[in-house]
Amino acid sequence: MELKTASFEKVSTETTTVSGAEAVIKCLLEEGVGTIYGYPGGAIMPIYDELYKYQDQIHHVLTRHEQGATHAAQGYARVTGKVGVAIATSGPGATNLVTGIADAQIDSTPLVCITGQVGSHLLGSDAFQETDIVGISTPITKWNHQITKASEIPEVLAKAFFIARSGRPGPVLIDITKDAQFASLEFSYKKCSGIRSYTPTPEIDLLQIERAAEAINHAKKPLIVFGQGVILGEAEALLKQVVEKAGIPAAWTILGLSAMPTEHPLNVGMVGMHGNYGPNMLTNECDVLIAIGMRFDDRVTGDLSRYAKQAKIIHFEIDPAEVHKNVTADIPVLGNVKETLKFLLEFLKPNKHTAWHQKFKDLYKIEFDKIIKDELHARGSELGMAEVIEEINNWTKGDAIIVSDVGQHQMIACRYAKFNSSRSNVTSGGLGTMGFALPAAMGAKMGCPDREVVAIIGDGGFQMTIQELGTIFQTKIPIKIVVLNNGFLGMVRQWQQLFFDKRYASTEMINPDFVAIARGYQIKSNHVSERSKLKDAIKEMMEANEPYFLEVKVEKENNVFPMIPTGAAVSEIRLE
Amino acid sequence: MEKKNFTVSVYTENNPGLLSRIAAIFLKRHINIESITVSKSEVKEVMRFIIVVNVTEEKIKKVVGQIEKQIEVIKAYYHTDEELIFQETALYKIRTSDFEKEWKLEDFLKENNAWMVTVAPDFFVIEKTGKRHETESLYEKLKPYGLMQFVRSGRIAVSKNEMQISGMLEKFNTTNSNS
Ligand SMILES: Cc1ncc(C[n+]2csc(CCOP(=O)(O)OP(=O)(O)O)c2C)c(N)n1
Repeated sequence: MELKTASFEKVSTETTTVSGAEAVIKCLLEEGVGTIYGYPGGAIMPIYDELYKYQDQIHHVLTRHEQGATHAAQGYARVTGKVGVAIATSGPGATNLVTGIADAQIDSTPLVCITGQVGSHLLGSDAFQETDIVGISTPITKWNHQITKASEIPEVLAKAFFIARSGRPGPVLIDITKDAQFASLEFSYKKCSGIRSYTPTPEIDLLQIERAAEAINHAKKPLIVFGQGVILGEAEALLKQVVEKAGIPAAWTILGLSAMPTEHPLNVGMVGMHGNYGPNMLTNECDVLIAIGMRFDDRVTGDLSRYAKQAKIIHFEIDPAEVHKNVTADIPVLGNVKETLKFLLEFLKPNKHTAWHQKFKDLYKIEFDKIIKDELHARGSELGMAEVIEEINNWTKGDAIIVSDVGQHQMIACRYAKFNSSRSNVTSGGLGTMGFALPAAMGAKMGCPDREVVAIIGDGGFQMTIQELGTIFQTKIPIKIVVLNNGFLGMVRQWQQLFFDKRYASTEMINPDFVAIARGYQIKSNHVSERSKLKDAIKEMMEANEPYFLEVKVEKENNVFPMIPTGAAVSEIRLE
Repeated sequence: MEKKNFTVSVYTENNPGLLSRIAAIFLKRHINIESITVSKSEVKEVMRFIIVVNVTEEKIKKVVGQIEKQIEVIKAYYHTDEELIFQETALYKIRTSDFEKEWKLEDFLKENNAWMVTVAPDFFVIEKTGKRHETESLYEKLKPYGLMQFVRSGRIAVSKNEMQISGMLEKFNTTNSNS
């Protein structure tokens, strides 16, 4: 018997003779890919030549930098749940993908990146634009592989898509030598359905779920903390049922945002460094902590040795390597939450936990009086970030996709933006990649053309991928871009103020005229700095049926609170 | 938790890229690899890595989890010395003239459970297989008497328990036999 390391389902039946480059396009079509992001160059030219021929079937978006291609593919993947595709040439093209790949790896985003590589006879010779991208990307990919023979293309790409989207999703990089793109092969496509060395979803242990249910049923002060696993597992409805049936307060991590409506009465807000007061404080008071599809990132837990020590920890998780990694679980429940929550729901007893829930409300009141009230109804002469987000909420009513960059504006956007439906929050969580938002918003809009997409970006991060305005201009992607300009790398400045005696080393920025730049790309644009004009400015932006750029001048030295300083326990969260 | 010697056994597909993928996981956590051996295993086309590290059990558990997560890793285990049968092999190249001042070759080999590999006019090479302290003590013994070169292999080990790799792979073959 022939040795089988993977299994494939037959999709296309007829066999045709094509070039490796054409085979790549045919694979993408077989996988249902309609939009890809990329940038051409020598080693990937045969594939671009085929893209030209197939342009009526695959829309290739020419980003202005390969980093933008990966982030756009991420934005697309995050809002659609489909695999995002980015392509680039060898050498510098490939290395420019690295940031986006690392971001996708840590935030579990399904991506397939295809890079061209020098001819196989040149491999290892330091040829022009040869970089060992397989070596470079090894620690930041779920899987990667170099193809040197055209005949390998269909199977390897089928595996790439299967791996990227199954189990805990992640990025895959496929490097294809130029000669393999030119050579011909007999093409027929079979979708991958399994790989013998890879178990995407661990087997479910019902006994563990029963134990979890029993602990939850006996809990007096249970707290759910859910993350992106709920979204990736498409378990939003189940989560809601679990929360409602057992009456458990539920907090989201930054990547869990929008998996449940913001306004749901049992949604108690965000955990983590700049999360809400209640769920952070009460993490250290709950008796059972139910973690669902989250990985106890250090920005969520603060000092681990003082994190929820009093609580029994139940961890619903698809990736066995995450269980006990940071926090030891008393009851680990392996599996896709879409499956495990279904069983849990059956075992749960109805409950209300009214008194316990009141505690969250009381703490929210404290946070509201100390922080939120002033941020939403600022009276200072300068605008604050939160009131801008709130004005956007007034327009979107929680129906928009909010894409945020990294920094103070991100924390404010995540704290204040309202969400009605899942897959509406796109932000770089685990890597904290400045420059993520502008290209990610492009991908998000192309993934969900019928939804409003608003990018919230700082003046620092905007300038990391500002060139993507060119893509937005050329491709006419009608996203709304809001730059909250405080003239500082605000989040770093905040740390300098709080922990480095206000020594503002290299955080103040002399910025260009952003509106003029946007105009240069013929993007409709506006600038606002007065409170009295904010409402109209947002209105004009939201009513535009085209790309729109709005710069909002905000207070220079505002700080984001609450805050759990590094090394502090979650319950030591500071309100000022 | 105290540090101990752990032997990590990794069964993988035959893909040269895995060596750096697995090594990177140790590197990331600053774990020094004491020895690493890669060879074919008892299962056709399946490779086996034997990696020895000195860490806490808590750490090795996490590392093995992260290794096992790699797509082309079939299964990863860790074992303590007590759970294994393991050996290392050392080669000693010795200058004949110095050696002969002290020892008689045949007696020496017998006494030390070592084997002759090759003899040349001025030197000879002997081999010893055993535990670390055995190859080490032979090294100490020979050092003053013309030891020209010394090299030791990584640990190779088999577990006392069954590994069940074939069964796992068979299961994949039967559940996916339709395609
Ligand atoms: C690529 C990258 N470089 C550096 C950082 C470190 N960093 C985190 S937040 C921040 C400041 C962001 O400034 P800005 O974009 O103006 O947003 P603000 O915090 O002012 O809202 C910096 C430099 C990062 N997260 N990403």
